[in-house]
Amino acid sequence: MTCTEFLALLDELIDDNVSVQTRSLLQEHLAGCDHCEVTLSTTRKTIEIYRSHEVYELPNSVRQRLHDAIMARCKNGC
Amino acid sequence: MATIQIGENEQHPDLALVASARTGDVHAFETLVNKYDRQIFRIAQHITQNREDAQDVVQDAFLKAYEKLDQFQGNSKFYTWLVRIAVNESLMRLRKRRTGKMVSIDDDIETEEGSVPRDLADWSPNPEQNYSQSELAEILRKTIQGLPHGFRVVFVLRDVDGLSTEETAETLGLSVPAVKSRLLRARLQLRERLSRYFRKKKAGEK
Repeated sequence: MTCTEFLALLDELIDDNVSVQTRSLLQEHLAGCDHCEVTLSTTRKTIEIYRSHEVYELPNSVRQRLHDAIMARCKNGC
Repeated sequence: MATIQIGENEQHPDLALVASARTGDVHAFETLVNKYDRQIFRIAQHITQNREDAQDVVQDAFLKAYEKLDQFQGNSKFYTWLVRIAVNESLMRLRKRRTGKMVSIDDDIETEEGSVPRDLADWSPNPEQNYSQSELAEILRKTIQGLPHGFRVVFVLRDVDGLSTEETAETLGLSVPAVKSRLLRARLQLRERLSRYFRKKKAGEK
C-alpha cells in the first residue's frame, strides 16, 4: 500500500468503517510509515479538539433574549 | 458528544415533541429550542461568520420551523430538517452581506490546498494544554475560518454534531461522495493548519 492509497482510506479508518482485511493492510502500512502514522494521529486529535471545545459560545443572556423572542412569536401563532 | 442509538422500531423522542407542538403545545416546541439552539447558532456562525447574523438565523430558523411543522415528514430527524432550514437562512444572510451576489454551499471549494499532508511533524502530547482556554478558542476559530464555508459546514455537521455522512448529505443537498470528499479535505486542511500551533518544538525553537 502506498501513502496515497492510505490517505484515500484515512476517513474510513478514522470512522471505523473498514473491513477486517482492509484494516490489516492499513495497519501494515502504518507500521512502516511514520508520516502516515503522524497524519492519522494528528487528524484524530484535530477532530477530538474541535469536538471538545466550543468555538462559538452562545452567551446565556443572548440565548434568553432569542428564546423570549421566538416563544413570544410562537404564542401569537407566528 | 453523547449520541443515543435509536432502534428501528423506536421513535426518536423529538417526534413526540413535534407532534405536541403541532397541536399548539408551545412548551413542547420550547423544549426543542432549548435542545438545539446552540448547535443552530454554531452552524449559522460557521456559515455567516457574523455574530448578529447568526443570532438572527437562530430566531428565524426556529420560527420558520414552527410555521412549517406540518410539512415535517418525520422520515428524517427533526434536527436534520431544522439544520437544513438554518443553512438556507444562513446562506441568505451571507448573500445580503455580499450585496445580492449568489451564494451557495458549493462556493470556494475549488482548492486542492491541504489535500496532501505537508507538515509531518508530530504534535506534543495534549498540545491544547500549552494554551489558555481563550487562546485555544481563538486558534480553533482562526483555523476553521480559513476553510471554505462548504468545508466548514460539512466538518461541523459530521465531526462536531455527529451526523452520519448520509444525514449530512441530505441536510446540505449534497451527494454522499461530495460529503466524503469535503470531509477528508476539511479534516486534512484543519490538521495542517493546527500543526503550526501544535507541532512539537525542535530544540532551540520558542
